[in-house]
Amino acid sequence: MVEATAEVWHAQHEVHEHHGPQGVLKYLWSTDHKVISMQYLFTGMFMAVVGGFMAYVFRMQLAFPGSSVPGFGIVSPGEYNSLVTNHGSIMIFWVAMPVLIAAFGNFLIPLMIGADDMVFPRINRLSFQVFFISALVILGSLFVEGGGFGGAWTAYPPLSAKGVYNQTPLGATLWLIGVALEFVAFLLGGINFITTLMNARAPGMKAYDIPMVCWMIVIASILFMLSVGPLIAGAVMLLFDQTLGTGFYDPAMGGDPVLWQHLFWFFGHPEVYVVMLPAIGITIDIVATFARKKLFGYKLMLYTTVATGVLSFFVWAHHQFISGIDPRMANVFMVTTLLISVPIAELMFVIIATLYGGSIRLATPMLWALAFIAEFLIGGVTGIFLGASGADIYFHDTYFVLAHFHYTFFPIAIIGTFAALTYWFPKMFGKMMSDKLGKIHFWGTIIPFNFIFIPLFVLGMGGQHRRIYNYQHFPDLAGADFQRLRIIATVALLVMLAFQLVFFYNFIRSLLRGEKAPKNPWNANTLEWTTESPPPHGNWPPDQMPKVYRGPYEYGRPDRESDFWPQDEPA
Amino acid sequence: MIETLQQASSYAADIDGLIILVAVLTGFWFFVAQGVFFWLIFRYRAKPGKKSKYVTGREQHLTRWISFPHGLVLVCDVFIIVASVNVWYDVKQRLPEADRVVRITGQQWAWTFQHPGSDGDLDTDDDVYVVDELHVEVDKTYHFHLEARDVMHSFSVPVFRLKQDAIPGRSIMGWFRPTLVGEFDVQCAEICGIGHGVMAARIFITDEAQHAAWVTQNTPNR
Amino acid sequence: MSAKPIATTRSATGIPTGRLAVWWLLASEVVIFGGLLGSYIMHRVGHPEWAEAAAHTQVWFGAFNTLVLLTSSFTAVLAHQAAESGQGKKAAKFLVMTMGGALTFLLVKSIEWTIEISHGYTITTNTFWSFYYTAAGLHGLHVIAGAIIMGFIAVDAWRGRELQRVELIGIYWHFVDLVWIFLFPLLYIAK
Ligand code: HEA
Ligand code: HEA
Ligand code: CUA
Ligand SMILES: [Cu+2]
Repeated sequence: MVEATAEVWHAQHEVHEHHGPQGVLKYLWSTDHKVISMQYLFTGMFMAVVGGFMAYVFRMQLAFPGSSVPGFGIVSPGEYNSLVTNHGSIMIFWVAMPVLIAAFGNFLIPLMIGADDMVFPRINRLSFQVFFISALVILGSLFVEGGGFGGAWTAYPPLSAKGVYNQTPLGATLWLIGVALEFVAFLLGGINFITTLMNARAPGMKAYDIPMVCWMIVIASILFMLSVGPLIAGAVMLLFDQTLGTGFYDPAMGGDPVLWQHLFWFFGHPEVYVVMLPAIGITIDIVATFARKKLFGYKLMLYTTVATGVLSFFVWAHHQFISGIDPRMANVFMVTTLLISVPIAELMFVIIATLYGGSIRLATPMLWALAFIAEFLIGGVTGIFLGASGADIYFHDTYFVLAHFHYTFFPIAIIGTFAALTYWFPKMFGKMMSDKLGKIHFWGTIIPFNFIFIPLFVLGMGGQHRRIYNYQHFPDLAGADFQRLRIIATVALLVMLAFQLVFFYNFIRSLLRGEKAPKNPWNANTLEWTTESPPPHGNWPPDQMPKVYRGPYEYGRPDRESDFWPQDEPA
Repeated sequence: MIETLQQASSYAADIDGLIILVAVLTGFWFFVAQGVFFWLIFRYRAKPGKKSKYVTGREQHLTRWISFPHGLVLVCDVFIIVASVNVWYDVKQRLPEADRVVRITGQQWAWTFQHPGSDGDLDTDDDVYVVDELHVEVDKTYHFHLEARDVMHSFSVPVFRLKQDAIPGRSIMGWFRPTLVGEFDVQCAEICGIGHGVMAARIFITDEAQHAAWVTQNTPNR
Repeated sequence: MSAKPIATTRSATGIPTGRLAVWWLLASEVVIFGGLLGSYIMHRVGHPEWAEAAAHTQVWFGAFNTLVLLTSSFTAVLAHQAAESGQGKKAAKFLVMTMGGALTFLLVKSIEWTIEISHGYTITTNTFWSFYYTAAGLHGLHVIAGAIIMGFIAVDAWRGRELQRVELIGIYWHFVDLVWIFLFPLLYIAK
């Protein structure tokens, strides 16, 4: 009987599909969360390639200053600044956020909580459309008269405020508009994620039955929502400074340039946890599945995450230790900054402890998830060097900072994404990916990654500052041993980029000719694995929406035959 | 690499000491965490027919493996905080009695250093203005007034371990005491536009006699 | 899209999804205005001389507008009450009255700005006036947006559809009102 209704429903669903707007239009105007997820994913992927290409160009310039970069040409100082600025902005706002939060949030939240869609599908679509326009604006800003904005992703005024200073008035304004639109998109998206998780859960799913990755994405959305406001206000002021000639950030007119720094970092620091949390959530779900282990302390994890989020609002001035704030204030912010190591250490320890007593299978997604922990720890502990205000006097704006945050961002945005992508690929596209190619790609990414950024730590300790297009102007930095390190980093990047071809090959080949994916290839517990791969429109037949009977991590129960226990299986 | 970078100011060694302290404390936890991590991966690889353990994370004898390290991390934090406050206070909060005062002005894209002339006082007629060259005398305590004409710049002398942003509209005070004779890089550490990458200067630290000679030579006769 | 997804009809927390969403929206708005007003207050404390500039604002216009907004909040409450009891047409009428309040507010505001600008106080005069126009302008945009959305909801309510939305726009309108309650003393009265 149930089977029959399902069939009827599928038949109707086919018909329905052939009636809507056709082709690209249908794709663009779909309100299905899975389609929107794909839109975010592919836009993010494209932007990752753009950001990666920029990294390639400016790293070539650093290793071989003044020579023509294949595929780009000679890099002028202005172009260099613009490349760095937009690389940073794109990687954070148009790669990390859309992929980790929007793409996976959109795909996973409804499926994992047993809903058929987001609660506001049309706002969801609007969110993507605004995001898409913001991406076009930022890409367009690179090609306008004067070139793209080159005042760093932090956009400190007065440099960013006045065309006479930055010499890219149009680029600067477009950059600002692009970023502001992106914020709007994520505010719209965030409201959806939060309310969906709060209200649209399957019958029986209590707060502690929600898979960690959903919690993490939603907590990240809340963090974003509560921190971005002041920066939006700040961006309006900056926009007026740029275009109307007001003086919010101009000391000559009674303004204050440091105000922007406070508004920016009040958002900026929570923002790093906004992208970190989803990656940690992804890691948790994958580690639990492939270690066949219950998460070591679900509530502990959840409360720690909330504590991290709260604390993250009180550390922002650690980016401004030497920017002329009251030196006594630095002490306060140093204490809060160091305290945040405690909850984050807790998150790490809990994940590590989850491995204890497991039955660990090192499939590709698991490799990525484990690599996330191993690499992120480097980024985390180097943050302590910077958090110690006395040491930051030296480290501020050196390549040490740069290496610190690439050791956090790269694991988050790239490793975390690949973990999620290889893990949920079967569900997203209904095909299996090649494990062998996946492993080649994994090692071909992880090993060069360390060869890029370890040298940059060393350069930073040697006193090399950021955002300088050619170190030959600084006698102390122009030495051959320094240059050798720069070349190692660049060559490692080339190797890593080459290995990304393996990924694209694997991705496309699996899409076209991959083995058909079963419903639940990894024997996981969470709800998304109980429907077809890929899930149909509506995710489950309306009369077979799942019910939830237990938490998401019931692996290896001694009282059961099989080592997993899906959330929707009646007791 | 940090050893090869010379320590040319009175507080450079303190800052390096702090860095080493942080390196030891976090390094310890880093290696412990990584060690346990890889050992667990190795120890609990899947073996055919062997099921995983069912552990909820509420077992006292297991959670203490997390809560103890936790307390200890907090203790390490306290050590770092104390050491850091000390160094910070010494470098940024305190202003020891000055022997000399200089004014440093950043603008797109050059540094102007205003040295006291033969009379030893700043803001008098015989001040020596030099672009992109700061001349100081070893073992003398200097105060600096840091200013910016247009956008933010940042006065950074890696061998001093000193850095301070310059903000338009403000004059920021700070101090240093060179302890090593030589010639070193001054960098601008805050992006300030197209020429940020060429906003280089040099600091010349000389002994008393040489410095006096330089001052007399360069003092404008007025 | 034909029917609403099942997700929209669920309510695991017991709070209607629409109301949840409006509260979260307002949370994000609060921090936007909080950031702006916080920045303004910091500057204001640092610049006692701004009191002189603030003396040139049109306090009586501001006071009148406060009254207008308070009244419109009241009619929004009446609209909500009507909607609760299922009287769509009545709710729509009250919404239209609220929109009238919004229109009056904007009208008064534009006269006021015209006077100020004709006296030579523009957004670039000094940072006080920059804050003045930016904060009031941002608030004005919210008034405009609220009034437009209210129009759509009033049409729906007239036809007896989506009556729960009357409450939502009401919550939003109280917020817009509340922001003005903060702006008025900070910009006009504080000397
Ligand atoms: C997602 C990204 C991300 C993450 C997670 C972090 C995490 C942290 N960051 Fe980082 N940071 C950035 C991204 C990130 N950061 C970026 C982008 C910048 C530069 C922006 C720019 O200027 O362009 C930056 C810059 C930056 C600065 C300013 C440097 C400067 O410009 O002068 C500081 C200073 O305090 C800092 C500190 C920290 C700290 C303390 C953490 C902590 O959260 C880390 C906590 C984690 C651990 C500590 C590891 C686990 C714990 C243990 C293994 C136990 C042992 C630990 C102890 C004994 C303490 N970061
Ligand atoms: C998420 C953030 C992120 C990521 C991933 C990266 C990735 C990289 N970054 Fe970047 N970087 C920043 C954020 C990031 N960066 C920021 C914020 C700044 C500061 C900007 C500023 O100062 O204003 C910066 C600055 C910066 C500099 C400093 C320049 C300077 O100050 O002069 C350098 C120098 O080497 C650098 C190098 C690199 C390199 C070699 C990579 C490589 O890892 C890149 C490798 C490329 C890829 C991995 C892309 C390949 C794409 C695919 C395979 C598609 C896969 C699909 C998906 C991911 C969905 N970065
Ligand atoms: Cu001056 Cu950078
Ligand atoms: Cu930070």
